Amino acid sequence: MNAKNYLQALAAACVLATAGCATAPPVDYTAFKESRPASILVLPPLNNTPEVQASYSVLSFATRPLAEAGYYVMPVTLVAEAFKENGMTQAADMHSTPLDKLRKIFGADAVLYITVSKYGSVFMVVNSAAVVTAEARLVDLRTGKELWRGTASASSDEGQNQQQGGLLGLVVAAVVKQVLASATDQSHKIAGVATTRLLSAGTKTGVLYGPRSPNYGKD
Amino acid sequence: MTNIRIAVAGLLLISAILGGCATRPPALYQWQGYQANVDAYLRADKNSLAEQTQLMEEDLKKISASGGAVPPGYYAHLGLLYGQQGKLDQFAQQMQAEKKQYPESGTFMDFLLRNFKK
Repeated sequence: MNAKNYLQALAAACVLATAGCATAPPVDYTAFKESRPASILVLPPLNNTPEVQASYSVLSFATRPLAEAGYYVMPVTLVAEAFKENGMTQAADMHSTPLDKLRKIFGADAVLYITVSKYGSVFMVVNSAAVVTAEARLVDLRTGKELWRGTASASSDEGQNQQQGGLLGLVVAAVVKQVLASATDQSHKIAGVATTRLLSAGTKTGVLYGPRSPNYGKD
Repeated sequence: MTNIRIAVAGLLLISAILGGCATRPPALYQWQGYQANVDAYLRADKNSLAEQTQLMEEDLKKISASGGAVPPGYYAHLGLLYGQQGKLDQFAQQMQAEKKQYPESGTFMDFLLRNFKK
């Protein structure tokens, strides 16, 4: 790679690096800062996709970013079991449970409602990608106030350069990629990226740091 | 030589840019295979409950050995695995461990201790 190519690549990298954190509109954190929740109940996500595994796939990744942000996260498997014990297996039913009931059983300060809107392979003629999109809404269980909402996406196609080999080459590559994508459960991995993006602190539009983080109260 | 200088300058620039928007503190917890184990439990089509339990126990030893912190929900999930296999004493032990490390879980752990039946 000569110096000129290198500089071009570098410029592109800089654009990518800054795009993720600099272009989003500002978020109003007033209610969040007043509420200062310490514990979060993550309900099994609502699934608006045809893929049945989308809800649990996203749920399995939700604890880590929130815990690393400094919150106590109610154990997600036991939360799902507790609902099941009460005859609820559908996320929609869980999401419509009254806040005072959630607060009484789980004792959490806030509840997080996640909706998965895209999950799986998208075939786009000259390209194919595993795409996952999810949105989330954090509500204070003591006051009922909405504290934060956000949305995030991830794609297996991110950061990949355009391939050489003409249009036919691209179409073949896309088909191969789609087969590979379903075979290796790539969607699940991409769900991990999207969920981590959605629920991490320390970004311009993400959740604030919680009490167990050394950054608590500094953002 | 010029190329190397440009390369070094470039790397410094990139790290400065990334550093500017992602000043993350070091990880609070040792996660090991916890997320994968939660996924296996939720899907119920991978490892058996006994295998999942073994993985969680082995990881817990690794976390203790490294002096790292056990993540939120870890003891409770391990307890659930014991409970599902009829080991109710171990279930209760783990709920108490979760409650001790994370008092925020108290209300829910007490609810589970009152209500959980295999």
